[in-house]
Amino acid sequence: MDHFVYIAASGARESMISQASNAQNLANASTVGFRADLMLEKVAQISGQGVGSRAYPQMVNSGVDVSEGVINITGRDLDVAINGPGWMTVQASDGSQGMSRRGDLRVSELGQLVDGAGMQLVGEGGPIALPPFSEIAIGTDGTISIVPLGEDPNTLAVVDRIKLVNPDPQNLEKGRDGLLKTRDGEPPVADAGVRMTGGSLESSNVDTVGSMVHMIELARQFENHVKMMKTAENLDQASAALMELS
Amino acid sequence: MNQSLWIAKTGLDAQQTKMSNIANNLANAGTTGYKRGRAVFADLLYQNVRQVGAQSSQDTQLPSGLMMGTGVRTVATEKLFTQGNLQQTDNQLDMAVQGRGFFQVLMPDGSQAYTRDGTFQMDAQGQLVTSGGFQVQPSISIPENAQSLTIGSDGTVSVRLPGSSAISQIGNVQLADFVNPAGLQPIGDNLFLESSASGSPQSGNPGLNGLGTVSQGYVETSNVNVVEELVNMIETQRAYEMNSRAISTTDQMLQYVANNL
Repeated sequence: MDHFVYIAASGARESMISQASNAQNLANASTVGFRADLMLEKVAQISGQGVGSRAYPQMVNSGVDVSEGVINITGRDLDVAINGPGWMTVQASDGSQGMSRRGDLRVSELGQLVDGAGMQLVGEGGPIALPPFSEIAIGTDGTISIVPLGEDPNTLAVVDRIKLVNPDPQNLEKGRDGLLKTRDGEPPVADAGVRMTGGSLESSNVDTVGSMVHMIELARQFENHVKMMKTAENLDQASAALMELS
Repeated sequence: MNQSLWIAKTGLDAQQTKMSNIANNLANAGTTGYKRGRAVFADLLYQNVRQVGAQSSQDTQLPSGLMMGTGVRTVATEKLFTQGNLQQTDNQLDMAVQGRGFFQVLMPDGSQAYTRDGTFQMDAQGQLVTSGGFQVQPSISIPENAQSLTIGSDGTVSVRLPGSSAISQIGNVQLADFVNPAGLQPIGDNLFLESSASGSPQSGNPGLNGLGTVSQGYVETSNVNVVEELVNMIETQRAYEMNSRAISTTDQMLQYVANNL
């Protein structure tokens, strides 16, 4: 039987994993600011005796799709979308800085500015806290200005500025909490070139049609691997039949 | 069991929640003072299948790992407190808030509730009540023989009594505001309750301290945008179909194994 059936089986397993990742992207087709996960099949060659035919496939993450999602106008004060490349910085639960593009912001009961998933946004000097306000506006460079509660509209006060960053996409990877992190572990540096639009939300960037096609492709690929396993079984049966003493 | 089945199942759940929300918004497109809801989704935790940087042998490390997502979850259904349109009714007891703030309502159990629905009425005792019959706070009793009733933009309620040309003030409608109105708990009947997320109410006279003004003879219509909801509905349906397709494809893959091996 050699390693034929094992190679085919590992191919089937990896297609299944890839299918799960594709299902994850489809499941998040309407998660605000979601970035699709990209997968890559790698060859893990095993050297040893015999011909060099034992090349097992292995699925690995190859980062995230950084293309932009569709921007929808919502008209809500605290909905923001990033125009072009760039990320908002949020505080991950372990205190480190992560990046996200979800702009459905709200104010928590403690007056902190958080996103829809409850992650605190980071400003110039750490997490952003807002005093009670009657009006809020987020500028194109992330500057947050408010009219404090009970004050006249002309007493606009600048509170903080959302830390907008734009690290090299090659240096990005998704953490377990779904936030983007830098591969080298360095906190990202603020970039004055990132632009935001208020009153709108960026949708998930999952290409649903592409994912559907990919899903079909993976299903066929899986069937091919199963077919190979069947062939391996047939070959084995044939050699067993040769050996038979009739 | 296979992971993609469960991941796609979370996707179906999420789209189902979104659809219920859209249906609720559409059903309340004509409810005065209704604030539309929006389902908020977030991706579920990622699982580490192969750790990046792990030793592949004593001297070498895996250059890239494998992290798999586990689906999507509904974090919240949040209310969007954008201003609804004001619709003229010419009913002297109808009021609309223009800007921030809520009318305060005394619930039968003595607790306070808050509403943007200003379709008020008078009960048998002459008290100003909501369409559900709950008293508006601070209470306003309208004299039985009042000839005309005027509510100023600052909430002052005044009436003219028969045989008198003078206008007499009988009370003041007050509004309450919250730091985070989206944190209020909706309880139905257009009413909201204070929660730990909303902060405590700051009540005051309309037009002062950032509170909105009161317009008599108007009601605030629902802020549901029907066209937007219909577009959302199409999008939701397609996303639902794709997730259900992911389930059937995975099912077929497993079936193929069962039939062919």
